[in-house]
Amino acid sequence: MTTVLDQVNSEAIARPAPRLSPADAAEVPALLVEHLTKRFMVGRKRKPVVAVNDVSLRIRRGEIYGILGANGSGKSTLIRLVSTLLTLDKGRVEVFGHDVQREEMAVKRVINRVSVDAAFFKKLSPHENLSYAARLYGMDARDAKREAIRILARLGIGEKRLGRPLEQMSRGMQQKVAIARALLTSPTLLLLDEPTTGLDPRSKLDVQSFIEEMRDSHDATIVLTTHDLDEAERLCDRIALLNDGRIVAEDTPDGLKTMIADEYGKEPTLESVFMTFTGRSLDDDIGEEDQNKEDDS
Amino acid sequence: MTLMARELKASFAFVERNFNLTKRYWGWEFAWLIYSIAGALAVSLIGRSEGSERLLLVLVVGAIFWNFLSLVFEFIAETVQWERWEGTLEYTFMAPVRRYAQLLGSAIYAIGYGLVHTAVVLTVLALFFQLDLTHANFATAGAFIMLGSLSFMGIGIAAAILPLMYVERGGQMVFVIQSVLLLVSGVYYPISVLPGWMQAVSHFSPATYVLDGVRAGLIQGTPVTSLFADVWPLLVMGAVLIPLGMWTFGRAERYAKRTGKLKRVG
Ligand SMILES: Nc1ncnc2c1ncn2[C@@H]1O[C@H](COP(=O)(O)OP(=O)(O)O)[C@@H](O)[C@H]1O
Ligand SMILES: [Mg+2]
Repeated sequence: MTTVLDQVNSEAIARPAPRLSPADAAEVPALLVEHLTKRFMVGRKRKPVVAVNDVSLRIRRGEIYGILGANGSGKSTLIRLVSTLLTLDKGRVEVFGHDVQREEMAVKRVINRVSVDAAFFKKLSPHENLSYAARLYGMDARDAKREAIRILARLGIGEKRLGRPLEQMSRGMQQKVAIARALLTSPTLLLLDEPTTGLDPRSKLDVQSFIEEMRDSHDATIVLTTHDLDEAERLCDRIALLNDGRIVAEDTPDGLKTMIADEYGKEPTLESVFMTFTGRSLDDDIGEEDQNKEDDS
Repeated sequence: MTLMARELKASFAFVERNFNLTKRYWGWEFAWLIYSIAGALAVSLIGRSEGSERLLLVLVVGAIFWNFLSLVFEFIAETVQWERWEGTLEYTFMAPVRRYAQLLGSAIYAIGYGLVHTAVVLTVLALFFQLDLTHANFATAGAFIMLGSLSFMGIGIAAAILPLMYVERGGQMVFVIQSVLLLVSGVYYPISVLPGWMQAVSHFSPATYVLDGVRAGLIQGTPVTSLFADVWPLLVMGAVLIPLGMWTFGRAERYAKRTGKLKRVG
């Protein structure tokens, strides 16, 4: 019954998966999304907002798949739909062949999600928060602790800090603990919803290089949402551009650039790609440090 | 079997987490204990001022066991609200844990916490008033605590959905339920003083039977075996309210996932 799952799990332990082998097409996709739509009724007048509009995706195992979109384009809603935190209005979502609605538990066991706001009990220490996570996912608390120490050491957080309340940590550190918590449960599909938004440049780089390392050392497929172009280009094997809940383009970073190379004189950047497909710039959302690229109009 | 063990292990996640939270908020816990003791003392002193030892005992038992029941109710009813406030609600709901395992964990901790809290308050009041508890039947009190916990678990679980559905007002509604139960359950006065319609309502409050049973046990030393009239309504209510609470919770969770209410406001 759970053969796919078992296979995935045992392989995760046995060996790091080969990345993007030629047999991929025949393989069960890590994430399959078909014609997914989600609508919210917003405000007193219950005005309908289509947050995700007829989205289809097929993400191969081992990929880092980027979803690039401005604020409010539907990235988080898409991630929540995959995480079983929202019900679907229309369409279908499968994680390693398991339908999110019919086989909710099976899906929950293989996914984990890191959101923009590191969702912790802030008064509890990283250890206590991670122990809670480990028990929720049916892990042995002591093994989990050892593993957590290892992951956090890799992220530059020493064991000494793990006993003090999380609220005493910087946002960057908290986000690292959040990533450690997600990795602890060995998810085969890891959903990172703007994991670096709002971090200081230094933590941002740390987190990014950790994601790169993760792709090489873990058998995890990663879906990463971002509104940071450099981040998408640096980390992702393929990128989907999301605009008003719809996917307007999907390809490798280079593929996206060649798509518009003809109509665009000089060497296109990912930003010019984004502008071409969405008719807007990523700069005008929450601003931050995205404003340092103005090499296109 | 293994599935059961797995679920129980998950329940323990909530017990341990709540224990850790209690530890971290120990200042508040201490303040709350003082508040409970002061409240129970204040009410009980009315009995002393009337010069009635019997009234004193009735009030002491009422104050202490209402304190227990409302603690259990509050703890369970506020599980959702608490996590929403901390911002962990989505994280918990995304975990591969059955909702009954989560609510069972919350309930176990609530009852354990309530027992410790109540034992302290009872000890302080017994010393303060030099209560003569030599004839008290503690087994009866224990039995009613357990029976009452079942019903309050059910009501608490059902009430926990309010903060899930009404993001801002839910907590206030929990408070309203609590105060209505206090009013109709004969906590500080016999229900016979209530108007007829309120007396009718009081038959539907599990607290009515718990207080009646505990008073009989602690004041008259009646064994639980002679208190069947208070036992069976609690058994029935437990058997109805827990499944009903779980069912309601499931419905509310689906509603929240459809309308996007698990997400924190703002
Ligand atoms: N829980 C919700 N309730 C109501 N509206 C929502 C909810 N979540 C998202 N939306 C709306 O859906 C749209 C997409 O939001 P979101 O998925 O958060 O975008 P992003 O993550 O790309 O910034 C926005 O218009 C937002 O207001
Ligand atoms: Mg978002």
